[in-house]
Amino acid sequence: MTNKTLINRVVEFAVGLLFGLGLMLSGMTDPGKVIGFLDLFGSWDPSLALVMGGAILVGVFAFTVAKKRTATFLGGVLRFPTSMDIDKKLVIGSLIFGAGWGLAGFCPGPALVSMADGQPKALIFVVAMLVGMLGFELMDRFVHAPRKAKLKAA
Amino acid sequence: MNLDWTHFTPLTSLTGGILLGIASAIFILVNGRILGISGILGGLFPPKLGDTAWRLAFLLGLLAAPKVFHAVIPTEFITSPRIEAHDWMVVVAGLLVGIGTRYASGCTSGHGVCGLSRLSPRSLVATASFMSAGFAIVYLLRHALPA
Repeated sequence: MTNKTLINRVVEFAVGLLFGLGLMLSGMTDPGKVIGFLDLFGSWDPSLALVMGGAILVGVFAFTVAKKRTATFLGGVLRFPTSMDIDKKLVIGSLIFGAGWGLAGFCPGPALVSMADGQPKALIFVVAMLVGMLGFELMDRFVHAPRKAKLKAA
Repeated sequence: MNLDWTHFTPLTSLTGGILLGIASAIFILVNGRILGISGILGGLFPPKLGDTAWRLAFLLGLLAAPKVFHAVIPTEFITSPRIEAHDWMVVVAGLLVGIGTRYASGCTSGHGVCGLSRLSPRSLVATASFMSAGFAIVYLLRHALPA
């Protein structure tokens, strides 16, 4: 392992840790709080708007800097998402995700952190989520990809 | 609309959010990657050569967070999570989140934080969609169905 690779691994670990701490401090790991935010017509807890607001405030600054650069601070590749498509896959996928999010109050990051914190329901959620991700992978490989190939051939 | 003042935590939520932003900032500026949990996790199915170690390093850090959090943060800032959903609901929710985030190529972190920070129209549509679905489901569960 080169020095640069090692630094990358250490930073990735530290970023994961910092992100997990942020999730816990912000209240995102409390499904009651998430659902309290999504409950516009009940007793509304606006905390999560501040979580998003705080994160985006820093994020906008960081991405403005990143977009002007051609390499990372370590001289590595800057990998920006390339897809610009606003299609059915994006909207329907997001609607499905949002439904699941509202149902239990967990999204992927907080669920992983809560699982590590010893919450049994978070463990159940993570196992189901991994099954869902694997299901998507299998669908993509054996249903979507062959269909797309067929369309291209025709 | 009533505000839930008893559960409102402006200070810790804003500070936590800023930490999420700093983590995302370091990830793009130092590692050159978008911090999106569903993508980082989903990219492990199946693990690809040369594209796995960074994912595991990040996830290990994420999973280490509770230990550090409890060691560092004074107990008055720690609230125990309220989980009302029954086990079967948690299973359905997990499946939906797993499938949905992969179809949409992102979740609350990748689209909601990084995407909106990049001013990506695609992520704005994704975030508006998952938020709307979340609002709708909670409305159904809390207000429409119980009546």
